[in-house]
Amino acid sequence: MSASPVAERSTAMSRFDAQPIRHFLGVIGRTVFVAFMLAFFTLPVLWLVFAPFDKTPGLGVSLPEFTIANFRTLFKSSSALSALRNSLILAGGTAALVLVAGSLASYALSRVRIPGRDMLLYVLLLMSSIVTGTAAMVPTFQLVNELHLIDKMLGVVLVIGAGTLPTVIFILKDFMDNIPKSYEESARLFGARPLRILWDVVVPTARSGLAAIAVWAVVQVWGNFLVPYILLRSPDKSPAAVVMYTFYTEGGQPNLRLIAAFALVYSLPVVLVYFFVSRRYGFRFYGGIKR
Amino acid sequence: MASIRTVKLTKEYPGGVKGVDDLTLDIVDGEFFALLGPSGSGKTTLLRTIAGLESVTAGQLFIGSRDVTQLDPGRRNVAMVFQDYALFPHMSTADNIAYPLKVKKVHKAQRYATAEETADALSLQGLLGRRPSQLSGGQQQRVALARAVASNPDVFLFDEPLSNLDARLRLEARTFLKQLQRRLGVTTVFVTHDQAEALALADRIAIMDKGRIQQLGTPRDVFRAPANTFVAAFIGSVPMTLIPGTLAGGRFAFGEERLELPDEAATTAAAMPDGTAVTYGARPEYISMSSDSRPGAIAGPVQVVEHLGASLLVSVAFGDQLVQAVVDEDHEPEIGATVYLLPNPRRALLFDAEGTRMADDAPAEAGG
Ligand SMILES: Nc1ncnc2c1ncn2[C@@H]1O[C@H](COP(=O)(O)OP(=O)(O)O)[C@@H](O)[C@H]1O
Ligand SMILES: [Mg+2]
Repeated sequence: MSASPVAERSTAMSRFDAQPIRHFLGVIGRTVFVAFMLAFFTLPVLWLVFAPFDKTPGLGVSLPEFTIANFRTLFKSSSALSALRNSLILAGGTAALVLVAGSLASYALSRVRIPGRDMLLYVLLLMSSIVTGTAAMVPTFQLVNELHLIDKMLGVVLVIGAGTLPTVIFILKDFMDNIPKSYEESARLFGARPLRILWDVVVPTARSGLAAIAVWAVVQVWGNFLVPYILLRSPDKSPAAVVMYTFYTEGGQPNLRLIAAFALVYSLPVVLVYFFVSRRYGFRFYGGIKR
Repeated sequence: MASIRTVKLTKEYPGGVKGVDDLTLDIVDGEFFALLGPSGSGKTTLLRTIAGLESVTAGQLFIGSRDVTQLDPGRRNVAMVFQDYALFPHMSTADNIAYPLKVKKVHKAQRYATAEETADALSLQGLLGRRPSQLSGGQQQRVALARAVASNPDVFLFDEPLSNLDARLRLEARTFLKQLQRRLGVTTVFVTHDQAEALALADRIAIMDKGRIQQLGTPRDVFRAPANTFVAAFIGSVPMTLIPGTLAGGRFAFGEERLELPDEAATTAAAMPDGTAVTYGARPEYISMSSDSRPGAIAGPVQVVEHLGASLLVSVAFGDQLVQAVVDEDHEPEIGATVYLLPNPRRALLFDAEGTRMADDAPAEAGG
């Protein structure tokens, strides 16, 4: 008897106010979710920024006891510096290979009509993930071995290049398709040969696409651990991604001070390349490529 | 400078469409030659075949005395201005104009000097440093012209170069183009679907339909003496009135109406049996209108009056056939009023059942 009016009122209330309450809960739920996701992605970045300047970096994020000693140690370590240099060589080499081969192939595929062209592209795209993937590492190793390219940077460049080319061709072909044919025809009538047309007209017109591809190729190489780990033997040829796994203290513990400093230095070039290209060619990686 | 000659030229696209069909044509050295026709008539195909951008299916093509049928487009020494101008978007005006010279490996200083000179001649002063995107439509069009001029070709090929300009600018650009061609004296083939443009610019016009030439002649020829009903309907800023009917007792009959035979075909037509199907053609400019009856005039109610500026286009109904007349702006008739129309027999035309023009003195200049 005493509870029933309350119960009645509360059912009445819930009947009328269900909508705002559900809305309120929804907002809270979403906010918590977003905050969680944000933390999930921000924490590693915070670690990346703080840990290198910490005297005693741990695996958690904490305000650092400020020092730059970690970097001093890093720049004294010759293996760390040569690793970065090797990464640059591999990235530059692969980007160059992929740009040259990719623009030639995509230009040809865009302009020449062959039956089953699109099918070919899709199949290539599908297969490409196998080349640099784990499953094909044994045959890839054997192939590179047969070519006498084990422990040579060229081997790594070729394998990663081959793995990225189908995607590159796929994306670049789209750019090439969008260049009006009249540009080339006009140049052709003035007597320009195909390579000259490619260089004078097509490449400059597609340059934002090429820039995007270059950044993407650099990122692919920069972050690739497996391929150089398997194909390169000598430590002095290993790139940063591989060398980072060798930073241990004498006690066999990961040398977090070195790893933290190295991680920051290691991530900088990619960020710089992105900003440079973005500024220069005006494209944005908002989850897609803007033309 | 060079003449252009096609001999039984055919261009068949994959799928069987004949863009150009068995076409024989002579374009004289230094001539301003217009290819005129409705959309899809094969004008662009013919132009691109002359340029070498389309391969020839059959026949031959000569530029000057050279057989260029199989020659690489870059070695034909022709310059083309595309409908979209095809200016290179990443190059400045100067670089665009100098590009043909760069391909020909002309020294840098020399090619920029030529570019500047050409730009001056085409009123492009002060725009040399700009990109195409920073130029107006008319300026872009002149840069495209300048680039063609700078390449110093034997032949200019223009594919509707004025169609992307607004109406007023188009008139200016037209006059400019004509002057330029006169001054340079370069053989020019000009594609357009605008009959006024062709009449205004060309020394001679080829009117095309379905890959074939319907008529070839001077602007005066094609206007005065169209070879067939297709040309008659296509040429003229207001279309010629074409009335299907029959011959009856030395006169032209349609519905209840009778008209005197046109002078130029009177004898031929009079010799033909009554009931022969023919088409009577008269330009609205050559039909006079009055409110009083006149001998030979036909009477009907005014259906529509359109203002053309200094004149009026009056449509008069005869059954379901409309006949149009151009009248002075001061003589605007009431809608529904009965008026009398009298075509000028010296300017009227008669076409046979196939649509070919009939004439007493000579057989009609046949085209396709
Ligand atoms: N690349 C092509 N492939 C197939 N058919 C074409 C191609 N280009 C033009 N055609 C066809 O050829 C005919 C003539 O076209 P075109 O020369 O462009 O006419 P115009 O320039 O007079 O408008 C049209 O029927 C058109 O559909
Ligand atoms: Mg066309």
